Amino acid sequence: MLLHDTGLIYGRYLRQTLRSRFAMLFGALMPLLYLLFFGPLLTGLPLGGQGSSWQVLVPGLLLQLGLFGALFAGFMVILENGAGVVERMRVTPVSRLALLLGRVLRDATVFVFQAVLVVLVALVMGLRAPVPGVLIGFGFVALLTVSLASLSYAVAMKVRTPQEFGPLVNAVSLPSMLLSGLMLPMSLAPAWLDVLSHFVPFRYLVDAMRDAYLGEYATAHMLYGALVAVGFTALAVTVGTRVFRTAGA
Amino acid sequence: MPAVISAAGLARTFTTKRGPVEAVRGIDLTVHEGEILGFLGPNGAGKTTTLRMLTTLLKPTGGTATVAGHDLATDPVGVRRASGYVAQSGGVDPQISVREELVTQGRMYRLGKSEALARAGELARDLDLTDLLDRPCGALSGGQRRRLDIAMALTHRPRVLFLDEPTTGLDPGSRADLWDLVRRLRDEQGTTVFLTTHYLDEADALADRLVVVDQGTVAAEGTPGALKLRYGGSLDATLQDTFLAITGRRPAPADAAPVAV
Repeated sequence: MLLHDTGLIYGRYLRQTLRSRFAMLFGALMPLLYLLFFGPLLTGLPLGGQGSSWQVLVPGLLLQLGLFGALFAGFMVILENGAGVVERMRVTPVSRLALLLGRVLRDATVFVFQAVLVVLVALVMGLRAPVPGVLIGFGFVALLTVSLASLSYAVAMKVRTPQEFGPLVNAVSLPSMLLSGLMLPMSLAPAWLDVLSHFVPFRYLVDAMRDAYLGEYATAHMLYGALVAVGFTALAVTVGTRVFRTAGA
Repeated sequence: MPAVISAAGLARTFTTKRGPVEAVRGIDLTVHEGEILGFLGPNGAGKTTTLRMLTTLLKPTGGTATVAGHDLATDPVGVRRASGYVAQSGGVDPQISVREELVTQGRMYRLGKSEALARAGELARDLDLTDLLDRPCGALSGGQRRRLDIAMALTHRPRVLFLDEPTTGLDPGSRADLWDLVRRLRDEQGTTVFLTTHYLDEADALADRLVVVDQGTVAAEGTPGALKLRYGGSLDATLQDTFLAITGRRPAPADAAPVAV
């Protein structure tokens, strides 16, 4: 039943996305601009790790794509709430978990698709990375978007207006980006900043993904990254489902 | 007649920053099989909150209720299977086609692909939507939209249909059509209809029995005639005066002393 329901909700929202293909490509615009106009600045800089600057930058850009994109996913639920769509679905016997999963899997599909685009352009710009590492990277992007989109929907069901939702998302996204070392590795940071960044879960994903892009899979970074990604996803999906079950108060 | 909805002491208190708000203080009501019940009350009386509880959207903070034999608290899925709900705002995506919404709705009620498609066609025929199936929902007129909302709620042939202010914003022709539709549903399918409205002519014309709520509790109930007689003073009283007398917004005219002897 859960599978049937999730597939149904996923299909509905995927068709909705496919109706606006332009928006789908537009989402990849920010990381592409970073690649084109920011990436070349790093090629000669000492970034403190092995590999090329592209192996440092591209994993960060892909997670940034997921971070900003998925955090804003909730806007759709605010619109749908206004039209009564969410309530209409909640009075059917459809599984509450599926109401969330169908939506976040659609989001993961969209962001992984955009991530593939970004990697293709990065290859042209000069990225060289092992295929398994790149595929692992897409896995991290998928988990990040599933978890963040779940939380975003949960918050959107609670606050209900774009006026409240927008500033809240901004307040979370920018510090998360800066503190997780998405743009430049935290190995460059002074000790206090490095310590602070360890309190941001995305830090572990970035570190793990950079290792993957270097072809190093059996590292402590990878273990922590995988644990944090899976744990955070489980937590976020639980919170999100609870909101879809009880919302309306 | 057997009761299809019964509620005892149904209550909902919201916790807000400014303290608890008792939206519904304890509603007792019974709705019989095949009845059209008009649920009236001033703005803020707790009509929509009650409806949202009876349709499992909102957990009651007190009391119990059953819908079609299923307990609200212990068997919400059973309640959902037995009832259809049309919210004030409807609930379709303006960008999606009428056909797709109807089919997806059928699938959410666990119909197979071909069954859902067939049911969508059937509903479209019954509710005069056949020519609109390929239009996006956003392109429908107000009356057409309402018919679509009701079609969505009827997908699984529910025993109970909840309508929240179904004719608000409709032109007189569309309202009359909707009244006919509701009567037809009851007469042909035996569907029990629980509807809220602010239009007293609607309640008068459509409902077999009225329940008037005020400040979160039932203030009066009975057939329109009985309420007019009791609160309005005579069978010729308007439902408007009766309603105002019940909710105490105006002094009751009924048993006042005669103006002149």
